[in-house]
Amino acid sequence: MNSVNKSTEIHPDERRIILKYADNADFDISIDCYKKHGGYEVMKKAYASSTPEQLCQEVMDSEIRGRGGAGFPAGMKWKFLDRKSGKPIYLICNADESEPGTFKDRQIIHKDPHQLIEGMMITAFAINAAQAFIYIREEMPLGAQILNEAIEEARKENLVGDNIQGSGFSCDLIVHRGAAAYICGEETGLIESIEGKRAYPRIKPPYFPAALGLYMCPTIVNNVETLCNVKHIVEMGGKEYASIGTPGNTGTRIWCLSGHVRNPGYYELENGKFTYGDLIYKFGGGLREGRALQALIPGGSSAKVWRAGERFAGKLRGGESFDWGIEDVPLDFDGPMAAGSMSGSGAVIVVDDSVDIVEVLANINAFYAHESCGQCTPCREGSLWMKKITTRMANGGAREEDADLLASIGEQIAGRTVCAHGEACAWPTQSFVAKFRDKFIDKAKEDPEKAKSREFRLI
Amino acid sequence: MSEENQPVTVFIDGEQAEVPAGSNLVDALESVGKEIPHYCYHPKLSVSGNCRMCLVEMGTPGRDRATGEPILDDDGNPKIMWVPKPVIGCATSVSPGMHIRTESEQVKSCREGVMEFLLVNHPLDCPICDQAGECRLQEFATDYGRGYSRFIEQKNVKPKRTRLGPRVTLDDERCILCSRCIRFCEEIADDPVLGFIDRGSYSTLTTFPGSELANNYSLNTVDICPVGALTSTDFRFKMRVWFLKETLSIDTESSVGCNTIVSSREGRIYRITPRRNDLVNDCWMPDSGRALYKEVDSDDRLIQYAIEGRPAKADEAISVAAGKLLEEGGVAIVASGRLSVEEQYLIQLVRGQISGIVPTYLVARHAEGDGKLLSADRNPNVRGALLTGLVDSIPESELTELNSLISEGSIKTVLAVGEDITEAGIPVDLLKKINLVYMGTHHTECSQYAAVELPLLTVFEKSGTFVNQQFRVQKFSQAIPGPGPVLQGFANLTGLLEKLDPSFSMEPTPAAVWEDMAGKVPEFAGMDFDGVPSTGIVLKDERFAGLSFVETAGMNFEPKNALAEA
Repeated sequence: MNSVNKSTEIHPDERRIILKYADNADFDISIDCYKKHGGYEVMKKAYASSTPEQLCQEVMDSEIRGRGGAGFPAGMKWKFLDRKSGKPIYLICNADESEPGTFKDRQIIHKDPHQLIEGMMITAFAINAAQAFIYIREEMPLGAQILNEAIEEARKENLVGDNIQGSGFSCDLIVHRGAAAYICGEETGLIESIEGKRAYPRIKPPYFPAALGLYMCPTIVNNVETLCNVKHIVEMGGKEYASIGTPGNTGTRIWCLSGHVRNPGYYELENGKFTYGDLIYKFGGGLREGRALQALIPGGSSAKVWRAGERFAGKLRGGESFDWGIEDVPLDFDGPMAAGSMSGSGAVIVVDDSVDIVEVLANINAFYAHESCGQCTPCREGSLWMKKITTRMANGGAREEDADLLASIGEQIAGRTVCAHGEACAWPTQSFVAKFRDKFIDKAKEDPEKAKSREFRLI
Repeated sequence: MSEENQPVTVFIDGEQAEVPAGSNLVDALESVGKEIPHYCYHPKLSVSGNCRMCLVEMGTPGRDRATGEPILDDDGNPKIMWVPKPVIGCATSVSPGMHIRTESEQVKSCREGVMEFLLVNHPLDCPICDQAGECRLQEFATDYGRGYSRFIEQKNVKPKRTRLGPRVTLDDERCILCSRCIRFCEEIADDPVLGFIDRGSYSTLTTFPGSELANNYSLNTVDICPVGALTSTDFRFKMRVWFLKETLSIDTESSVGCNTIVSSREGRIYRITPRRNDLVNDCWMPDSGRALYKEVDSDDRLIQYAIEGRPAKADEAISVAAGKLLEEGGVAIVASGRLSVEEQYLIQLVRGQISGIVPTYLVARHAEGDGKLLSADRNPNVRGALLTGLVDSIPESELTELNSLISEGSIKTVLAVGEDITEAGIPVDLLKKINLVYMGTHHTECSQYAAVELPLLTVFEKSGTFVNQQFRVQKFSQAIPGPGPVLQGFANLTGLLEKLDPSFSMEPTPAAVWEDMAGKVPEFAGMDFDGVPSTGIVLKDERFAGLSFVETAGMNFEPKNALAEA
């Protein structure tokens, strides 16, 4: 049944915690194999000898930041949970991994599903969840199948379900499949989708999931990688976990490297110990022969782009000053943020000089226009308008004024929408135009016939 | 006043203002005469927050996290912590000391942005759009838009004439996807048939497969549509709205008395729409009540005075009618719960001029209440007849007693005003035994047998009052002139009274009737017609506490008497 390709070479500088066994040739997805590697022991111990408060404190102490995109401290998120409402509490694993460039959660689900289940059941116990869900995107049918079978195995061994391991705590876990919409990765859109509605993100305030989530009950939504980390936090203790990585950027992260590099793939690295340059050149094997770096998207296609050669200077939160080229930016949460972008979902997209940067943006804009849910005006109309403009530009109809127009449309979207899709669709346009303004303006001078000779069609 | 009703002090563009506690910014600012433009927000529907037109800047007085003490600025005033992003006014509640900016550069930019976005794929077909003239897109584009377009791409194409149901036609290209109609169907009409399909800018409003927008409240979606997307199939392409004269009126379908606006031009009515009254019908009315204007020009409209079927002059017909009422042999009156308070009062005066006991009836129209804006009593004004003393009990739908009285020969003359008595249990063979004086707006089966026919004005052609199920007296005004030959106002009845009592003299206007009535009907003491406000006045109803009214619970109404509850 395991038709998933294993990565054969693991770079010695990786620090694999989440993916510790995933690529071992003798590691499979069965519960027996997982247990042979110590599986479910952490959970059993936690159920037997820890209180939910202790577990929450461990997660708080670990300072772990959410791996889904926003990097919000998970312990803080749990702390906001309304435990006094008298309503059931729900736990949702966000496995709607849809940000272009991101493929880490899929590796976990395909290769080590029980680790996620264990992490979730510990979390469920810690937050006293009445029911847990894994919301998995439609495009991962194999993942859904693997998870369903793994949950069934766990249920048979009383690791999921009623009175788990005689603890008196009951919580079932079900897989809910999406229907192929990026917006279902937005946590309130995801909640609406589970409720059987269109995935229109909710307005916040008042609908913060920690108080008014699924079925208007307190709900925690965490990313796959975050929930897996919970197992390791509980295993080694929050403070010990916090010693991995750097302060404020604890633990490891699985970086998804794609684009114009020799060795695209996923690399689990200790936070803050490497740079974007390391990822591209040391782990990724560098660019192709004769090619130069043109741009780098540091955290999924919605993150603001960096132009090769640009430098970032300023002061970090701690007060120390920095002066980085894009290769020097620390590979963690705070580094890219200090450099005006974000680490997002950990998807690093390398763009070399073989491509037209306007076409890159046209491609990104097509995605975000297609994925705008259509609920609120600025994102709905702005994303499609930007797409129409960049497509026209790429197809030989560029005008010099398009650069300013695009920037202005982006400004009219970001910060004014119901959810972060506004930023997701505006940031690429705003940053591409700001950093490659010359190329966007020069596009107007290009021979319109050139677009016709392109091998693929932009629509 | 309880604490929660205490007004809250806020600062709007730096100006101090008192606004209702708990209100959102849109409503709060409206209460002090300031507009926050909005599309999706509707005061009677849940907050959706999707149009983003009501974005404003908001800040609250800062408090020290550790001590909870207010943070003060250099001048000793509370330091305002401005929310970095603009907030939607519809989903933001006022709080004490809140500061709101509605005129800043950022707010201006937000509004310009939303207006531009709403228009990029809008067809701009205002010249043929029914909404033109009462369109929020037009209004806000003028008030808050940039005034020029930067869009040179192809616009999206969507269906232009989708039939959503028997009375509503959708132009999808004009739709701004505000979801008011969807929320209305879910939350008010209890008939969730509308939804969006497709995604992003290609989102399209439609009905769920196999269902249609056919409920009796469907046309309210047209009213609340802020643009020209949902159109009334009846009104579509009939008249430019800026030519329409608007007259305040009342829906006569039931004792709810929905407040309405009758829109007319040059003596012709084009549409009836609801008028907001939070104490009666909120912002809604049934579809059925909107079609009632069609009775004005219907083929069976009675416009000719007649004696024994022969056309006659008004004065002559009224004289003959008076003569019939004064004939020996017993007179009965069948009046209507559809008549105005004034007419019911005048009929009661007519009865006073007839010797002997005059049995008086109304014809009941009972049906099941819909729990919303159609009550179980489908007469708009039974309570008016009770108040004026015309009748003293809840009417019945069959005139059984009158049937017996005619059959046994104790009634020789019947004055029927506004009712077809054959429908109410007086068969044709009995009609032949009596003198029938018929006053009505339309030809009916009984009117063929009338000794005298006097045409009446419809509710649209006169002014007056009704008293609804809440004992709320509500005013309606004349929207259009009556048909040529028909006497204006209440002149048929005042004319009849003059013939019966030569000393009687009264202008046939509601004001004159009210002057008389105020001294006679205790509940009307001290009132006059002009003083009845457009939202109505609730009257005392103690005199009728013993009666078992038929209405059940509905919007803004709970029945008082035990029978209805059971």
